[in-house]
Amino acid sequence: MIKRLIVVAIFSLAIFACTESDDVSSGNETNDTFDRTAILTNIADNIIIPAYQDLNADLITLVNSKDAFIANVNQANLNVLRTDWFNAYKTYQAVQMFQIGKAKELLFEEQINIYPTNTTDIENNITSGTYDLSYVDNNDAVGFPAVDYMLYGVANDDTAIVNVYTNTNYKTYLSDLIDQMQVLNNTVLIDWTSNYRDNFVLNTANVESGALNQLLNAFVFYYEKRLRAEKVGIPAGVFSSTPLPSKVEAFYKEDNSKELLLAALNAVQNTFNGKAYASNNEGESYKTYLIALNRNDLVDAINTRFNAAKQKVQNLDTNLKNQVEIDNTKMTEAYDAIQLAVVSLKSDMLSAFNVSVSYADADGD
Amino acid sequence: MNNTLKTYLNLTTNAAPLAVFRIGFGLLMFYGIVRYWVKGWIETVYIQPKFHFKYYGFEWVQTLGNYTYILFIICGIASLLIAFGFKYRLAIIAFFLSFTYIELMEKTTYLNHYYFISILSFLMIFLPANKYFSVDAYRSNIQYQNIPKWTIDSIKLLLGIVYFYAGLAKINSDWLLRAQPLKTWLPSKYDLPFIGESVMQQNWFHYAMSWSGMFYDLLIPFFLLYRKTRTVAFAFVVIFHIFTRVLFPIGMFPYVMIVSALIFFDAKLHLKIIIFIKKLWRISSAKAIETKEAFQLKNKKIILPIIGVFLVLQLLIPFRYLLYPGELFWTEEGYRFSWRVMLIEKMGNTTFKIVDGKTNAFFYVNNSDFLTPLQEKQMSFQPDFIIEYAHYLGNHFKNQGHKNIEVYAKSYVVLNGRLSEPFVDETVNLYAEKESFKPKSWILPFTDDIKGL
Repeated sequence: MIKRLIVVAIFSLAIFACTESDDVSSGNETNDTFDRTAILTNIADNIIIPAYQDLNADLITLVNSKDAFIANVNQANLNVLRTDWFNAYKTYQAVQMFQIGKAKELLFEEQINIYPTNTTDIENNITSGTYDLSYVDNNDAVGFPAVDYMLYGVANDDTAIVNVYTNTNYKTYLSDLIDQMQVLNNTVLIDWTSNYRDNFVLNTANVESGALNQLLNAFVFYYEKRLRAEKVGIPAGVFSSTPLPSKVEAFYKEDNSKELLLAALNAVQNTFNGKAYASNNEGESYKTYLIALNRNDLVDAINTRFNAAKQKVQNLDTNLKNQVEIDNTKMTEAYDAIQLAVVSLKSDMLSAFNVSVSYADADGD
Repeated sequence: MNNTLKTYLNLTTNAAPLAVFRIGFGLLMFYGIVRYWVKGWIETVYIQPKFHFKYYGFEWVQTLGNYTYILFIICGIASLLIAFGFKYRLAIIAFFLSFTYIELMEKTTYLNHYYFISILSFLMIFLPANKYFSVDAYRSNIQYQNIPKWTIDSIKLLLGIVYFYAGLAKINSDWLLRAQPLKTWLPSKYDLPFIGESVMQQNWFHYAMSWSGMFYDLLIPFFLLYRKTRTVAFAFVVIFHIFTRVLFPIGMFPYVMIVSALIFFDAKLHLKIIIFIKKLWRISSAKAIETKEAFQLKNKKIILPIIGVFLVLQLLIPFRYLLYPGELFWTEEGYRFSWRVMLIEKMGNTTFKIVDGKTNAFFYVNNSDFLTPLQEKQMSFQPDFIIEYAHYLGNHFKNQGHKNIEVYAKSYVVLNGRLSEPFVDETVNLYAEKESFKPKSWILPFTDDIKGL
């Protein structure tokens, strides 16, 4: 009798256990624990969507000033265009860390911020007049870095630059670049505000495809590869035998590079702390989740390291290319400070959340 | 003493439990191989990576590129042959060699249960598992009712060692007094139905699971041995392993342990199982097989000492960590092959600097240029991986023409919910250090204290 019961128990438990699938559950049972939907809601509604909306507004302004410039090619219109380009670029720093959902599907960051830009490809595109901007081989010839080149690098001084735009091909390419950026961003934004956000905040399962897991993986990847390595490490020559000052962000308008880096660093820290994009309110986020897990020590460590990194970055020249060339030690010090936060985020924080990490597909023991 | 040993070695018992064990083992192993293949892990673990971590002393084990699939096919066929008991001796040797070779090719995927399968299959080479209810017995027209009792007892001992040592490993202050790592792992399973958002988050539950896990491991071999508690104990075995399967991604381990635990039962149950299998597969004895009384091993003078030494080694190896200074969980010197199963949560961040010793020019390495994400993860907190990788990097850049190469590692490691701490002395040129059994002086001391075994 007992043996039969055991057999039944084994079978039912075995069926239960055999579901090693990747189910997404709605996780909305009554609970006396931390509310993951609250984090996702705060980040989606108060950080991600407002940032995309702001970027969209900036890109529409950019489109308008581009149209004005193309209709009337002169220094004044070029200046307005340049200012609007930089404003949009700065706003963009707040969204690059959210490369999930539609942004991931469209390869959004690859189509809008790959640098150094490939001037040969750009010039070839302009000469031939036929190109598909969304073609993956053109990723290094589009987006903010390409516009950087078009507005600052396409000739030796302002007069020469204005002169270049008497050529229709250049006008067309510039126009297409900027239009494409706005279209891409709009697509991502609409996806968020139509149905993605609602599914997102309910997708609380601790699996690789869970919303929080995707957010965290994208966040950590962005901070380590895009911010630490691309903005600072690579130009400082940390990964090569010599410094590579020409690989800074916004290379043609060099003295924008530090401001972009600071904007990115602030955005990362704000997301960690759950600070809303458009106000000083702090809501649920990674910080509050860690606190709920009794890891105040880690929250303090992370914010301390972020602040230390910001300090080091503040001490840099507004022109990071200059900084590399004149005193690269300051750059490598900033890199080291930024790197310390990578350790806290990638090792400490992910370990504390026991997040199902995207790469570790294997049995454990 | 010698007389009791001799008497014991001459005892016999019914052969059915060993036959059923053989069938279960063979089928589970076959399923395991197929599962590994279907998940695409042969490709991602053995073929794709540029570089493979090797065990110390086994650097000569080559990876086989696409021929790895053939190795897996051999292993799979061998496991089926074992299940059927066809050319058993050949099959079990082939399985042991192929499975162990597979594991030796890449240290990154070391798992305690793969080690268990290796040593279990080694032991089974010497056991008469095909003398009853097997194709070999059928073809030879002879089957044996009884086999030496020690053959079945040796498997029980091996299983007992696994559980008991796993239990001993849990006797430490992190596990029992801080409820780590369960305190990190359990709350993250919030999407389990019913218990995910309630019980899993509770402090008392983390301690309850830690303590009961320890007691389970320590006591279950004894409860399985004692007849009166056996059935209940087996129920606990099933519950424990299914529960841990639901919680953790531990693959085949729970099923291997559940099926293996059956060997503790008397022949009565196993004979019933065999009848069940016979009915299921409509096997009927088409010809008369002679049933002999008891099987006696040939070459006992060679086999018994081998198995004796083997079991003594199994008892001693988990204690080799005592020969090393420092905190075991931190340095991991002597950590493997000791049934320390799901015992710690450890994560690291380790980056490498290549320096020209003369000019002091340096650059950092992008680990993702050389290692798969899984390899990088395992490397980042295990010192033997770190030094092996450092040598690989050094050689790689030397071949590229860099001169006076020195390799330094900057490493931070998180252990059981503590803040990350520096792990490796970043002033030591790892390229000049040699791997050996000696303690590694370049591992920085653990700044906390973990008491216990």
